[in-house]
Amino acid sequence: MTTEVILKIAISGVLTGLVYGLMALGLSVIFGVVRVVNFAHGEMMTIAMYLVIVLFSALGLDPLIMLVPISAVLFALGYLMQRAIINPFINRPEHSQFMLLVAVAIVMVNGLLLIFGPDSQGITTAYSFDSFDLGGVIIDAGKVYAAIAALLVAVALFAFFRLTLTGKAIRACADNYHGALVVGLNVKQLYALTFGIGAACVGAAGTMLMIVTDVTPAIGPAYTLLAFVIVITGGLGSMPGAIVGGILIGLTEALGGFFFTPSAKTMFSFAILVLVLLFRPQGIMGRKTA
Amino acid sequence: MASKTRISRRTFTAGMGAAGIVAGTAPFNIISAQGAPLKVGVLLPRSGAQAGIGQDCQRGVDITAGILKDLNLPSLQIMNGDTETNVEVARARAERLINEGAQLLIGAFDSGQSTAIAQVAEQRGIPYVINIAAAPPITEQGYKFVFRNFPTAPTILSNAFENQIEIFKATGNAPKTAVFMHVNDTFGAAMQKGFTGIMGKYPETPYKVLETIAYDGTARDLSVEVAKAKATNAEALVMVSRLNDAILITRELIKQRWSPKAILSMGPGWYEDQYLKTLGKLGDGPMSFVPWYDPNKKLSKALETALAKAHPGLNMNTNHVYTFEALLIAADAYKRAGSADPKALADAIRATNIKDNVSPGPGIQFDAKGQNAALKNSAIQNRGGKLVTIAPASASNAKPQHPMTPYDKR
Repeated sequence: MTTEVILKIAISGVLTGLVYGLMALGLSVIFGVVRVVNFAHGEMMTIAMYLVIVLFSALGLDPLIMLVPISAVLFALGYLMQRAIINPFINRPEHSQFMLLVAVAIVMVNGLLLIFGPDSQGITTAYSFDSFDLGGVIIDAGKVYAAIAALLVAVALFAFFRLTLTGKAIRACADNYHGALVVGLNVKQLYALTFGIGAACVGAAGTMLMIVTDVTPAIGPAYTLLAFVIVITGGLGSMPGAIVGGILIGLTEALGGFFFTPSAKTMFSFAILVLVLLFRPQGIMGRKTA
Repeated sequence: MASKTRISRRTFTAGMGAAGIVAGTAPFNIISAQGAPLKVGVLLPRSGAQAGIGQDCQRGVDITAGILKDLNLPSLQIMNGDTETNVEVARARAERLINEGAQLLIGAFDSGQSTAIAQVAEQRGIPYVINIAAAPPITEQGYKFVFRNFPTAPTILSNAFENQIEIFKATGNAPKTAVFMHVNDTFGAAMQKGFTGIMGKYPETPYKVLETIAYDGTARDLSVEVAKAKATNAEALVMVSRLNDAILITRELIKQRWSPKAILSMGPGWYEDQYLKTLGKLGDGPMSFVPWYDPNKKLSKALETALAKAHPGLNMNTNHVYTFEALLIAADAYKRAGSADPKALADAIRATNIKDNVSPGPGIQFDAKGQNAALKNSAIQNRGGKLVTIAPASASNAKPQHPMTPYDKR
């Protein structure tokens, strides 16, 4: 095997991992603040992916242009979901929350099936079949654009949480729920905002993923599981952990598939998960809980 | 003030299992009737990874009623079941359809699912006609109620090698090396197992296989697999795949700037309408060695006409043909049995001798194992968004084009 091929595989894994990381970032943000596990995460992403299909078919818009509007639509969806459905369950037992979101996921999968049918659907952009040749290392152009966009969204999100008052208020809620209430923060409003931001992340990730892959309604649960694997590996509630976890999983699957057997490449990401749970249960960048 | 519910990491991790519930949910189970006496349970993967193909098989069901009427055969009451591309669901749905009154089962496109249904059918004593499933063991169990009008993996492979030899002789240009990629499911594994052994029986095969690569058919990204195949520098790509992975692999071939001289597919995917529609001119060139239909047979033309009327612009394919023939077998047996009694139906199916059919070969008969061993495969090639039959010469309507036009020259 030549160095160029191995390098190509590694770069491809990192690029894919960045988009996965953005998807998982949404899950991590929601869990880190609202403490609700979004079992409809992958399904929400498939909604974003189908929005890309619809807008691409109707208006011929490039996914890179659709990034902001689709993220906004998903933000609205997440915000409304939190206000209307999830808020009443905030103080209920965890299993009630799990079942609620599993039910929401089922509704989403079947709704998409009813509307779009079971066939795999994709888009072909002007650069869908393009690649860059960097001294014999061939890199998929679509993956490069998707990864750069994912990175920019992640940086914008970090900046939002670090630099804006609303971001700081959301972090305050995450750090000390009662303290946030005492100082007069509108926690319910901030929770809805957070869920909306998490949903906007999956909206952005779904839009970017459409550049590199197809979508079927049935793919949602697989993405949900992938997001869980990434956030547990990176560290629950840790935003940088989600990105690091995404890159690690993407890279592991790519190299594992190349050096061993491609049919078992997802096995390697689960092996990483098991190792993390055994030796660093809080995740690579997670904080230890008392 | 109510205390805030906290979720521990342990609870979170334990809850991951709940995601599996979503993955295994049954989206549809529609039961419809066409008002005919024999109740036929049609089990297909209507959702899940094989949903597209299951729906395509359903098109074969939808156009059957009119043709059966023209053939003066009894009509059938169709009871639809969704296997969800899942072996255990297939088993449960077969049980349910029988409980709901199905007198005969057909389906289920996939070998794993068909194996599970065969076990149920045999146990319950209900005839089961497999439309599409190639794993040999299904008809090697000594079952009395299970019949298959579809070639086994070894037959598909033998015919594929015979047709390839014929094609490469005709074109005077043959690849010397190949890489073999196959989906790692029941069908793909059976095909892989048979490939090497059967290849040895055809010493005129022009190429040698440099590497075999198994991949996950539900994978979202096949760039690693294609990079690994490209690294072998093989001249031809031999494929056993499904639809979605065939599209993904083609995209990767283009993006990774690899144009094999030939793509030789021994399974579904590469000839399907969605493949042609999605890839346009980039979908031209692959040859598929598949159970097909004889374009010169009278019933083939009737089926093509019915499909064109119901789905204008759709190419007729394996899914339509063999699903239709499974129903044809059911109606023919029902007519001869004169009863819906399961044993009488099974006996009638065993005595089937349909000459006026669609698939290549002498017609539909079953051997003692319940297998139609007389079926012949064809070689087809994608040309300008259409499919032409290029081998065997006796059932072809075009000459092969080889080597394939490179992707960057289209």
